[in-house]
Amino acid sequence: MAELAYEATFDCVQCGYCLPACPTYLTMGKETHSPRGRINLVKMAAEGKITYDELEGPINLCLGCRACEVVCPTNVQYGKILDSAKEVIQQYKKETKKITKRAKLFQEFVFDRAIPNRKVLSTAASGLALYQKTGLQTVARKTKAINILPENLRTFEKVLPKVERKKRENHYPAKLKPKFRIGFFTGCIMDTMFYDINTKSIRLLQEAGCDVTIIKEQTCCGALQNHSGETEITKRLAKENIQAFEKEDFDYVVNSIGGCGAQLVEYDKLLADEPEWADRAKRFAEKNVDISVILSQLELPYEKEVNRVVTYQPSCHLSNVQKRVNEPLELLKSIPGITYVELPDKNMCCGSAGIYNIVNYDASMEILDEKMKHVEKVNPDTIVTSNPGCHLQMKVGVEREGLAEKISVVHLVELLAEASGIE
Amino acid sequence: MNQEELAQLLKPIIKDEKRILTDKADLYSYSYDASFGVHLPDIVVQPKSAEEVADIMKLANEYKIPVYPRGKATSLSGGPLPVHGGIVLDLSTWNEKLEVDPEDMVAVVSPGVITADINDAALKYGFIFPPDPSSSNVATIGGILAENSGGPRGLKYGVTKDYVIGLEVVTPEGEIIRTGGRTVKNVTGYDLTKLIVGSEGTLGIITEATLRLFPKPQATETMMAVFDNIVDSGKAITKILSSGILPSKLEIMDQSTIQAVEAYEPLGLPVDAEAMLLIELDGHPAAIKEEITRVEAVCEDTGAREVQVAQTKEEAAELWRARKLVSPAIVREKPTKISEDATVPRSKIPEMFQRLKEIREKYKIDLVVFGHAGDGNLHPNIIADKRDKEEMRRVEQAVEEIFKAAIELGGTLSGEHGIGTLKAPFMEMELGAAGLDMMKRIKESWDPNNILNPGKIFPKPGQRLVLTDG
Ligand SMILES: Cc1cc2nc3c(=O)[nH]c(=O)nc-3n(C[C@H](O)[C@H](O)[C@H](O)COP(=O)(O)OP(=O)(O)OC[C@H]3O[C@@H](n4cnc5c(N)ncnc54)[C@H](O)[C@@H]3O)c2cc1C
Ligand code: SF4
Ligand code: SF4
Repeated sequence: MAELAYEATFDCVQCGYCLPACPTYLTMGKETHSPRGRINLVKMAAEGKITYDELEGPINLCLGCRACEVVCPTNVQYGKILDSAKEVIQQYKKETKKITKRAKLFQEFVFDRAIPNRKVLSTAASGLALYQKTGLQTVARKTKAINILPENLRTFEKVLPKVERKKRENHYPAKLKPKFRIGFFTGCIMDTMFYDINTKSIRLLQEAGCDVTIIKEQTCCGALQNHSGETEITKRLAKENIQAFEKEDFDYVVNSIGGCGAQLVEYDKLLADEPEWADRAKRFAEKNVDISVILSQLELPYEKEVNRVVTYQPSCHLSNVQKRVNEPLELLKSIPGITYVELPDKNMCCGSAGIYNIVNYDASMEILDEKMKHVEKVNPDTIVTSNPGCHLQMKVGVEREGLAEKISVVHLVELLAEASGIE
Repeated sequence: MNQEELAQLLKPIIKDEKRILTDKADLYSYSYDASFGVHLPDIVVQPKSAEEVADIMKLANEYKIPVYPRGKATSLSGGPLPVHGGIVLDLSTWNEKLEVDPEDMVAVVSPGVITADINDAALKYGFIFPPDPSSSNVATIGGILAENSGGPRGLKYGVTKDYVIGLEVVTPEGEIIRTGGRTVKNVTGYDLTKLIVGSEGTLGIITEATLRLFPKPQATETMMAVFDNIVDSGKAITKILSSGILPSKLEIMDQSTIQAVEAYEPLGLPVDAEAMLLIELDGHPAAIKEEITRVEAVCEDTGAREVQVAQTKEEAAELWRARKLVSPAIVREKPTKISEDATVPRSKIPEMFQRLKEIREKYKIDLVVFGHAGDGNLHPNIIADKRDKEEMRRVEQAVEEIFKAAIELGGTLSGEHGIGTLKAPFMEMELGAAGLDMMKRIKESWDPNNILNPGKIFPKPGQRLVLTDG
């Protein structure tokens, strides 16, 4: 039985220090959509002063970017409070049949089977195709399960990369004595839409002297499910991944996806209450790192200058949950030829936040518009990201401002590969 | 009147309906501040012009509806709490205007502008806006004017009221008035500007402010001095100030504070020392270089066991880090922080420390003391758990005694945080019946229907200190 993290809300002294860090507070201008407001509402719901229905809106509009957690002087566990609220609301809606049976089936189908399933994903060439081919569209229309309007998706369709999948090896040995033995976490949506970035990541690791293995049994990290309150599904996926990566003795498990990485490093919190899993989850979580952490410790075979003026939009989940702030930035600055310009307020979320930009399209675009104002102030020719969600969102931003000719959006790995002569 | 009717009356006044909030989740989100208590308003309105505010006040007078101005609700004394329901005026979104005029050395700002943003804007022209409450990255200028807030720089630069020269105010009866002007000197009639500043939103709603800026000091020097005996640190403070040196900051941390910070993050602080002073000088680089060596000598003469002068910016930041970590450090064991700001004449600081020590032991409370030693503004902070009713009763008694001690030593209930709901019961103790009555008469003549921020500053008969939510 899910429960609101009531006790954790008492750590909030309501000082308001988190307000300036919260993107939804900034764009919506209401205490209700601030971290302090949301924490209070969770407390009020736990005390029965407001209903779950009244709690749902403000919780759904939270990006989960966790910028509030980083600035909080009293270390309030906002992530824990948020996840508990999502889980409780989801459960409540199922129990009270606020979600129709068909919608429920539909959500379970997407989260439980479609996303974690490579076959389904790889036959869907892009987001819109994904939406159509998984049957999501018909079900969504019929049941009005979620308010995904085709026009929202069309925005994203424009910026989605072409999917070209070549067969990949399962093992990429280091040329000399390996510096690290690495299990590579591919991610499900990432490996479909950004197949190329994963491939380059693996090659970079190999060039830098790592032995890289791709475990076949790995599955989806569970982040999207967790953010939708489907804690049980997330736990199941977590266990599958832990088991899969325990097969070999890796020094690290590496990924190039800020959002997935954040879920992976929190498996220990997710499974803390399950004695037979807690220790294994902790070990797994500790081994998981973002690719920038490994590459910044090693030497990359740079062979050409990348003469670009770049700015960097950090992934919130990489900075605020994985707490990796310097590594990606230092790597970026180490690329020969690069001119780095800092994005004002760079720590503000871009508004992508998992599937937030699809389900809360308008709110997300308002945040993105703020972000683009900052981009225009520094006038880069390239925006660097470290997470596919941010990547797509920034591309949408560039499109919306009519800057597609002038500004390109790339993953950090792509620039590193370019400088290292990896095609 | 029910919410629906109230909303209907407000709609013709507020241009955009989105700025009228009626959802239950919204009402609960405007029911608190950084102190204690949850009080539901009937409706929340986000005005964006003096005319809107004036019309709301006229309406409120006609129907006798209480109105509560609110900035960012970082008040530590209950200032913006809608204790009698009614309308919360959320002024935090009204932040459009922030103009710096370098020739007149003033800034003209809307009420919702964030305090630190004013300083940032001033810096571009080589000026500063000196008031520096630690909440300045969040708190609105309206809020800091209404509370007459101050911070560490208060010792040298004074507090908010010293930097306001003109206001636009909507009176409780809905008239728009201007007080003061754009000049530093102005003696035309009563000084209503200073009356409004610090009136905690009970005499008028500030809709625009003209603020005085100050030239940016060229350089700073920072040092730390450690004392085995807290009385010696008090002597050091007096001697520094009487030697003709006016530091820009002079902060003290007592032993329990030092220990809490060290336990939170090991910085190598002297956990066995009774007190630590952090001192900052600002001004001409050559002048303060010479002054800091004098301060160093004074500290050594008065019995400091260790003195450390920062040689670089980084070292200075490292020294201030200890002070910055106080907040998170002290709430590590228990979540509830009761942050007091009783202030005593500078010479009474050692005595106040002694009284606080006795109070700590008598009521068996977790009490740490730090603060702005230079101006006698201490921050006794009690750490507790508000779910523990028995503990909170002891805390309430201890707080009462802290107030008594401050007043007996010739000090005041509040140096910074204001009276609000929390300290109202103690007003007469400090002001006497006649003094309080004069204040009440001012309130009655400005606000005959008692509809602007009622329930604050003036105690209800028999009102007592309550530190629990409800
Ligand atoms: C962690 C923390 C640290 C703090 N540090 C300091 C400090 O160092 N020094 C200090 O002095 N204070 C400090 N405070 C207290 C608080 O930040 C100040 O009192 C601040 O001025 C309040 O500003 P606000 O915008 O949050 O106003 P609110 O809390 O919303 O309101 C404060 C009062 O002002 C009134 N008000 C607000 N706007 C207007 C307006 N436009 N016109 C008329 N009345 C208005 C309200 O009715 C209320 O009575 C601290 C608070 C916290 C939580
Ligand atoms: S910063 Fe932390 S303690 Fe302060 S209001 Fe936000 S969550 Fe609460
Ligand atoms: S997670 Fe992000 S959007 Fe949500 S409350 Fe915190 S800062 Fe705001």
